[in-house]
Amino acid sequence: MNRIDKKFRELKRQKKKAFIAFLTAGDFGLKTTKRLVLEFDKRGVDIIELGVPFSDPIADGPTIQASSERALRRGTRLQDIIKMVGELRKLTDIPIVLMGYYNPVLKYGIKKFVSDCVRHGVDGVIVPDLPPDEADELTAAAKKTGFATIFLLSPTSTAGRIRLVSKKSKGFIYYVSLTGITGARAMLPKELISRVRLIKRYSDKPVCVGFGVSRPEQVREIARAADGIIVGSAIVKEMEKGAKRKDFIKRVGDYVQKLTSALTADREASHQ
Amino acid sequence: MRLPDKKGHFGVFGGKYIPETLMVALDELEREYKAAKKDRKFKTQLDYYLSDFAGRPSILYYAERLTKRLKGPKIYLKREDLLHTGSHKINNTLGQGLLTVRMGKKRIIAETGAGQHGVATATVAALFGLECEIFMGEEDIERQALNVFRMRLLGSKVTPVTSGSKTLKDAMNEAMRDWVTNVRTTHYCIGSVAGPHPFPMMVRDFQTVIGKEAKRQILKSEGRLPDYLLACVGGGSNSMGLFYPFFNDKKVKFIGVEAAGRGLSTGLHAATLEKGEIGVLHGSKSYLLQDKSGQVKIAHSISAGLDYPGVGPEHAYFKSIGRAKYVSVTDDEALDAFQLLSEVEGIIPALESAHAIAYLAKNARKHKKADIVIVCLSGRGDKDVDMVSKILDSRLRGNDNKRTQ
Repeated sequence: MNRIDKKFRELKRQKKKAFIAFLTAGDFGLKTTKRLVLEFDKRGVDIIELGVPFSDPIADGPTIQASSERALRRGTRLQDIIKMVGELRKLTDIPIVLMGYYNPVLKYGIKKFVSDCVRHGVDGVIVPDLPPDEADELTAAAKKTGFATIFLLSPTSTAGRIRLVSKKSKGFIYYVSLTGITGARAMLPKELISRVRLIKRYSDKPVCVGFGVSRPEQVREIARAADGIIVGSAIVKEMEKGAKRKDFIKRVGDYVQKLTSALTADREASHQ
Repeated sequence: MRLPDKKGHFGVFGGKYIPETLMVALDELEREYKAAKKDRKFKTQLDYYLSDFAGRPSILYYAERLTKRLKGPKIYLKREDLLHTGSHKINNTLGQGLLTVRMGKKRIIAETGAGQHGVATATVAALFGLECEIFMGEEDIERQALNVFRMRLLGSKVTPVTSGSKTLKDAMNEAMRDWVTNVRTTHYCIGSVAGPHPFPMMVRDFQTVIGKEAKRQILKSEGRLPDYLLACVGGGSNSMGLFYPFFNDKKVKFIGVEAAGRGLSTGLHAATLEKGEIGVLHGSKSYLLQDKSGQVKIAHSISAGLDYPGVGPEHAYFKSIGRAKYVSVTDDEALDAFQLLSEVEGIIPALESAHAIAYLAKNARKHKKADIVIVCLSGRGDKDVDMVSKILDSRLRGNDNKRTQ
């Protein structure tokens, strides 16, 4: 069983929800990425999502665009990121998925991508510009390897698409909370909870919600219905703010813990 | 088999490589487009606007002096530059504008490079009473100041794009981001035969009016089909519009001319089909200028409309089956052709179209005199005069001196 499935099974047993933290790999250097992954592991993060930088990130807002540009300026390549995960595997067993646009994966070679990921301990991939309709090559390569192909659903997805994405997704389903690009929002759509519940009627796979989430109260709210919460831009923003400080890793860790403890607090509250 | 297939593929090219949020919008667009195609009222409306608003049919002009000067094949110019708004782009925006109204959407957005598509979209928005926002790279805004003013005059908002290379590619990224956000109320009017399915098919269909007319016109004036069709290729809409209706006329050869920028060997070019590799950008699989890690390279061309690292998937398909040949000419060659056509024929071409003329100027003598070539003169050069004047001014002064001597 792969690390993601194992993690969700364990969380379910503990009646917990998954906290998934995103950061762009190579932002402020791959060494920083490594240190942050280990820090996040200690701070209660359940799954790590590593962004693979791309020149044309059409689904991303200004914050992740900027982090992607910073990582590219440092020459961060997909192969370096996969290798880095291999090094991390000596230190942690936290599930790690890559999130990256299709072209770098296509250029890398899809079969080689999957086999290198599996070999170095990458547990899955999210490709925002690759709907299951075009993903036959990727899902075929991943089949029987345990490598999770995670597809996305959105507020505009019809019942037919919910069925298709549920069928093709492995690991979990990524529900995009809003129609739009990544980036923190003060308000999330009202129908978010009911949409998540609708998807869960079609699928027994874990549903995790991302895009726009930045505050502990949002995390708590989403946890009512979803199996996991993904925070990206808000963490990247925190990295930007503290980049030059000595206690950088600790500060970002403190921020992340504020979010992860929102889940713990919620659980404790519900037990009372 | 008629292409694209049901999923929007031209062979291995095309498709829908797009965020999930847009999938439903693309399905809706495809349904609506198919319904409109069968709807006689839609066709009547579109034909009416094409003729009475845009000024179709465009002339197929025998360029006698250019033919004599180049001592090569008999040259005909398909005068898309004479259409309202000054380029072939209006053929597509009228079609998509009517579709937008049909879908009940009140807002239309577009990307633009040279500003031709932006102006054509802004014009149609004014005509149909739609709210309009045009995304344009900051660098292009500088290069094409006149078109920026035209769009604003037409009541559109022009939003500068400052990310990446600040040109057409980045304008398209930003338009996609807007569309993902406002998909329920907004139609994204893609200006070329690029993007996710159904755009390459739909834009092609709207542009085939060029080739259909040209076929009728050449049969009338020459009593036979041409030997060559020649057009510039950025995203590839004017060329596809000219080529496609001749697809089954196997003796008619297609030549697409890309921008070699400062030279293919310099790496500073936009010759995607000649120098690119298979990749995915902006929703479809096609050829792409990219580095070893799959990052998209920045294209270079003096012509903002050709300054794009991708190309429409059907062109990639034409290349793969050998139906079309793709070549390129440099910035300097295009500038020479810009001047040549102006001096010899009294027609100032868009820098984009000047690329097609430049290829002909270079290779005219390789052709038989009995050959007939149709060149798509996709746009007029007014928009480029300001920038070109800075470069050519010194050359022209030199000519004055020669003449007085």
